[in-house]
Amino acid sequence: MRLPDTLRFARDAATGYPLRTALSVLAMSIGVAAVVILTALGDGARRYVVGQFSSIGTNLVIVLPGRSGTGGFNPANAITTTPRDLTVDDAGSLRRVPAVSRVAPLAVGTSEISFGGKLREVMVAGSTAEFIPIRNFTVVQGHGLPEEDWNRGSSVAVIGNKIREELFGNAPAVGQLIRLGDRRLRVVGVLKPLGQGLGMNTDELVIVPVSLAQAMFNSNTLFRILVEARSREAIPEAKAQVMEILKQRHRGEEDVTVITQDAILATFDKLLGALTLGVAGIAAISLAVAGILVMNVMLVAVTQRTGEIGLLKALGATARTIRLAFLAEAAMLSSVGAVVGYLLGQLGAFALRQAFPVFPAYPPDWAVIAGLSTALATGLLFGVMPARRAARLDPVQALMKH
Amino acid sequence: MALIELAGIERVFQLGDSEVHALTALDLSIGTGEYVAVMGPSGSGKSTLLNLLGLLDRPNAGTYRLEGRDVTTLSPDEQARVRSERIGFVFQSFHLVPRLTAAENIALPMTLAGIPLKERNARVTKALAGFGLENRADHRPDQLSGGQRQRVAIARATIMQPALILADEPTGNLDRHTGEEVVNLLEGLNASGVTLIVVTHDPTMGARARRQIVMEDGRVDQDSAHAPA
Repeated sequence: MRLPDTLRFARDAATGYPLRTALSVLAMSIGVAAVVILTALGDGARRYVVGQFSSIGTNLVIVLPGRSGTGGFNPANAITTTPRDLTVDDAGSLRRVPAVSRVAPLAVGTSEISFGGKLREVMVAGSTAEFIPIRNFTVVQGHGLPEEDWNRGSSVAVIGNKIREELFGNAPAVGQLIRLGDRRLRVVGVLKPLGQGLGMNTDELVIVPVSLAQAMFNSNTLFRILVEARSREAIPEAKAQVMEILKQRHRGEEDVTVITQDAILATFDKLLGALTLGVAGIAAISLAVAGILVMNVMLVAVTQRTGEIGLLKALGATARTIRLAFLAEAAMLSSVGAVVGYLLGQLGAFALRQAFPVFPAYPPDWAVIAGLSTALATGLLFGVMPARRAARLDPVQALMKH
Repeated sequence: MALIELAGIERVFQLGDSEVHALTALDLSIGTGEYVAVMGPSGSGKSTLLNLLGLLDRPNAGTYRLEGRDVTTLSPDEQARVRSERIGFVFQSFHLVPRLTAAENIALPMTLAGIPLKERNARVTKALAGFGLENRADHRPDQLSGGQRQRVAIARATIMQPALILADEPTGNLDRHTGEEVVNLLEGLNASGVTLIVVTHDPTMGARARRQIVMEDGRVDQDSAHAPA
């Protein structure tokens, strides 16, 4: 039999039993849709987390005080256990590192902000002019902190958008004098509203020069030093150089921890990638179930059409022709199911994206391809047995069953 | 030359513990263009004979020569080819594919044989006209009368221009009038040179054949070709 004839014959056979066909197509499409939607969820979670991390800055290297990780008990440590604090001078020294493009010290505390009789508690970040570009913040009104000597902070502040709304309403904020703790500061800029970003809500943040913050909180230590490497490739180099310089400054002791955003990102990426893969595996089980259902349906079809198979044999059909006709039918059921399932899955992912706009629920290409090809493969694989059974029927017996 | 030559054919069925000899030591020769009626009581082996002649079944012993060629030793695929090209079947219950139209049913043997669509269409059009089914081409079997269905089946059996037509009770499911029409049709085909073998219970139909073979217990009991004249 010619290929187009085989396909047409299989199509007619499939459409000749609409309920049976619809059920197996449905089963297959649910399987494929499950793969598409579940991997869209998994990969969406991965993208969401990666996106959140990327938003804190690019090529970021973060220095925290204290040694993380344990090296076992060391008698030397027992004597000098208190780690040295990070200072503004430590941060300043890092500006000389060749692999580093920008450095921002960060001191953090809470204080009260007041203007025009309104008062609220805020988080205060003490830093320098480069803090805003390193963290990828945008100033929508006025400008950021001035470029100046890090040890001589002028009395200025950049405020988050929510603070601006609460204190000033519709009135202009830039240029106004506010009270922060016991200081009077001039508002020089307002940050673009960003929303929640990794635990620190920038909309409710007040940024002041680092020396001012340290004076307010009566401390000379830093919470973090944010370092931006020149490029993605320069991150390991920058990390090593930063570590080296701080070690020198701290009399040869590695009492700081340097983490890279890349490392965190890679960990999450790997973790959530594995999660997506696992979820895809679970969804693949439904594909296998659908494949078995297609096999059942085809076995029923062989029984239902025993007389027809006998007739085809009497009319001169070879075993191969009959096998191909039934295989083509199974392949058709599963491929139509796969396509319908793919469309359903994309629809589901679209609905997810509509419902949760921040969540990038796009199914990854590999999952779509794997899902579709698994559907086709299982359909064919489970179609082989019924097709062989059909081809092996004894024509005399088969013809009697009509 | 004889179209069909059977020599020493045995066909044994295993029914539980007992063996049933459906055909025993059968020798038969049928010439090209003959019109043969095979008759006999149920269980006499006439259906088994027809299945053997149609290469749907294999004998346990003996040889079957079709057009001088030993077909018992052929592989299943080669036998399928012989069925496709040389043999047409007409069944009591028509055996039309319910989801295909009359035209598609008639074209089915050509479709299976891989004949191009264009030639198929030409031949089907001719066959539809020849069997008076022109305005039934797009009807499905359930939209046809019994007589029309059997005409479609006969058109299908002849579409590959076989040398041999095997008809198993072709009028069994038809009333007398349409049965008569169908027999006329088959006899017309025979007149054009096709060998026709009909299995029937109906003595009047059997009597119309030029040669009658009466089977009994897997043997040929009477054969009018060898009857003392």
